[in-house]
Amino acid sequence: MPRIESPEELVKVREEILSRRDPNKPCISICAGSGCLASGAGEVIEAFKKEIEAQGLTAEVDTKGTGCPGFCQRGPVVVIYPEEICYLGVKPEDVPEIVSQTIKEKKVVERLLYEDPATGEKATLESEIPFYKYQERINISTNIKLDPQSLEDYLAIGGYSALAKSLFEMTPESVLEEVKKSNLRGRGGAGFPAGIKWEGSRNAPDPVKYVLVNADEGDPGAFMDRALLEGNPHSILEGLAIGAYAIGAHEGYIYVRQEYPLAVKNVSIAIKEAEEYGFLGKNILGSGFDFVVKVHQGAGAFVCGESTALMTALEGRAGEPRPKYIRSNIKGLWEKPTVLNNVETWANVPLIINKGADWFTQLGTEGSKGTKIFSLVGKINNTGLVEVPMGMTLRDIIYKIGGGIPGGKKFKAVQTGGPSGGCLPEELLDLPVGFDELTKAGSMMGSGGMIVLDEDTCMVDVARYFLNFLTDESCGKCVPCREGIRQMLKILTNITQGKGKEGDIELLEELAEVTQVAALCALGKSAPNPVLSTLKYFREEYEAHIKEKRCPAFSCKELIAFYIDPDKCGACTACSRKCPSEAIIGGKNKIHIIDQEKCTKCGTCFEVCPPRFAAVKKISGEPVPPPIPEEARTITRGGKS
Amino acid sequence: MSEILLEIDGRQVEASPDMTVLQAAQKLGIKIPTLCHHEKLEPYGACRLCMVEVESRGSTKLVVSCVYPVENNLVVRTRSEKVDKVRKMILELLLAHAPDSRDLQRYAQEYGADKNRFEKEPSFCIHCGLCVRYCAEVKKKHAIGFIDRGTHREINFIQEIASKECWNCKECFPLCPTEALQAAYVLSGALVSSLPIFK
Repeated sequence: MPRIESPEELVKVREEILSRRDPNKPCISICAGSGCLASGAGEVIEAFKKEIEAQGLTAEVDTKGTGCPGFCQRGPVVVIYPEEICYLGVKPEDVPEIVSQTIKEKKVVERLLYEDPATGEKATLESEIPFYKYQERINISTNIKLDPQSLEDYLAIGGYSALAKSLFEMTPESVLEEVKKSNLRGRGGAGFPAGIKWEGSRNAPDPVKYVLVNADEGDPGAFMDRALLEGNPHSILEGLAIGAYAIGAHEGYIYVRQEYPLAVKNVSIAIKEAEEYGFLGKNILGSGFDFVVKVHQGAGAFVCGESTALMTALEGRAGEPRPKYIRSNIKGLWEKPTVLNNVETWANVPLIINKGADWFTQLGTEGSKGTKIFSLVGKINNTGLVEVPMGMTLRDIIYKIGGGIPGGKKFKAVQTGGPSGGCLPEELLDLPVGFDELTKAGSMMGSGGMIVLDEDTCMVDVARYFLNFLTDESCGKCVPCREGIRQMLKILTNITQGKGKEGDIELLEELAEVTQVAALCALGKSAPNPVLSTLKYFREEYEAHIKEKRCPAFSCKELIAFYIDPDKCGACTACSRKCPSEAIIGGKNKIHIIDQEKCTKCGTCFEVCPPRFAAVKKISGEPVPPPIPEEARTITRGGKS
Repeated sequence: MSEILLEIDGRQVEASPDMTVLQAAQKLGIKIPTLCHHEKLEPYGACRLCMVEVESRGSTKLVVSCVYPVENNLVVRTRSEKVDKVRKMILELLLAHAPDSRDLQRYAQEYGADKNRFEKEPSFCIHCGLCVRYCAEVKKKHAIGFIDRGTHREINFIQEIASKECWNCKECFPLCPTEALQAAYVLSGALVSSLPIFK
């Protein structure tokens, strides 16, 4: 492919690509994102290719591995165009049937369709599945249509038209104005308005400026940036190039974590192809504007997602934050004006340029415009990536899209914003999701992790989990973060182990306060949030642990015991056979007893006890009743045995 | 460059634009406690003991004075309830690691810090980084560095360099606010095990 030298040529190339493509030609799209690959999408893709070839359909049917459409819970996901029939949980052995039925006979394979767990109703099309129906997928919907390693695919859906528009129909100032008008706020955590950040860099006197992509996504349970970078890398590059044009930068870096090999691969291929076509490099599209992009792989430090630590690491030094009383957009990478935005923020830029700020601001709330992608995980029926307009309530996201809590359990809390965020309780389920709303409630948007917790989750233990994560992931440079987290973790661990004492809560609050005001970077300043938000909404759980040595969720091992109710035990021996530590004394027709000394509290007996007996109980905060005497353990069964 | 005029603890001071609040305060003879600061080294901003309260453009915030640049009309308070609270807690957190440090004890007395507030975990090192930064910035030897991160962070001599450079230098020893205990300990260990005789 020769370089494209003008916007007119770009239009011609696009027309030429589309002329070669028949919109009615069947195309089998198989998600080849990390999630579906892990559940076997690679084998499914191979099986389709083989089957299509065996059936002699290679010329009539396209097969492609695509980016992630989000429904990871039910992967591998397959969508068949032009009908948009969506099959879930597809295995290689399903492939011959799909080809013979759907491709050849135009019949739907019913058993692979989405089935509503409540009504049993089936959904044939992707858009009919409740998980997708209530979303507003302006970014992620294109993933399933694209082979991420094909620039042609991106061009076919209008790719790089926003860059051409920016370079030839707009000035850098008007691009900046449009982004400012859209009120696009940073999707990486803090929600700082992108346009204002860009303007600062543009107006900074230094002529050398940089634009960076923060793809160091590291929050536990968050994977939306991975899906975008893996699934549609050109949209990120296009957004980045537009940003570079607006602020006057000629060099950009993608800081991506090494743990995302597929994202690294796809974005590297995308850069190479974009350079060949002339969307990156010298004299882009003949406009005279030069811009190059390089990929930098992170070495596995969570803290490098923090802006100044990321830049320090990019400079080749240990990734530690530096105090930033002068903002990075004025003095950032190599002390030059630097705009750092998150993957998702950059992905929104081409949309804003193409469709206009007025279109973008129609979506969302007063303070938070557009959409946000969340990774919905934890105790939820539909795990996956969901893109919703800002302002949708937590309840709608969790119940309408997420399908609620599995196993008939009760909702307890939703953790948003990763280790810097907090836990929100049931009474806040009707909270509209937006940057300011979440912060006000004591949590934060963060990069969009959303972990649903059910009644079996101990909230003190959740706080302990995140603090434990941070003791390893804090860089350790400043005292309040390194030492404050260390002490908070000690206290939380003691509380969950039944060693909590009077005054612990107050000390936690004091440590949290000092860490918040005195830590060097955003990681440290927000590190106490998991503690403070659980204290705010679940203080009684802390108190129960400390005062009554009781874990209300029956989760903290040191505070619970398992006990078999002698009146209910059916002597079925299920528990004694499954107990891994041989702690259950029983036998045929004998009421079973748990030896508390041997019990490791793994909960197996609780799980395997048949519901018709439901004899195994969890006990917390009270003594275990003494075992019934040996002679009273024999069960006589109405003359039957 | 024109001078900057600011107010520290109710007193006016003129400072050059490249100065930090700490330097401006020192010019007035106002003492702000520091642990990781050294005039020969780049500001580090890690111990957070030098936090002060500043009023700038209508808002009040806590900043670290060793890094915060001076600005016109800035109002600085080097002591306040909030500032003292932070300093007290920082000292208590560090005293768990180096309870016998004279620098820490002196400050602890001033701020009413209780050296027994947190469970003792004597590591001696308080991670001020003076030794690491002095060796890198002044001596340009990099014989000592930080390893690991978070609560596992430690200082460590790089044997290959230390065995050549340290015997005749040891300039980092007196810098250590915990009386060089850790430095001496780690250094000797590193040197002994790298001597040819022990290989």
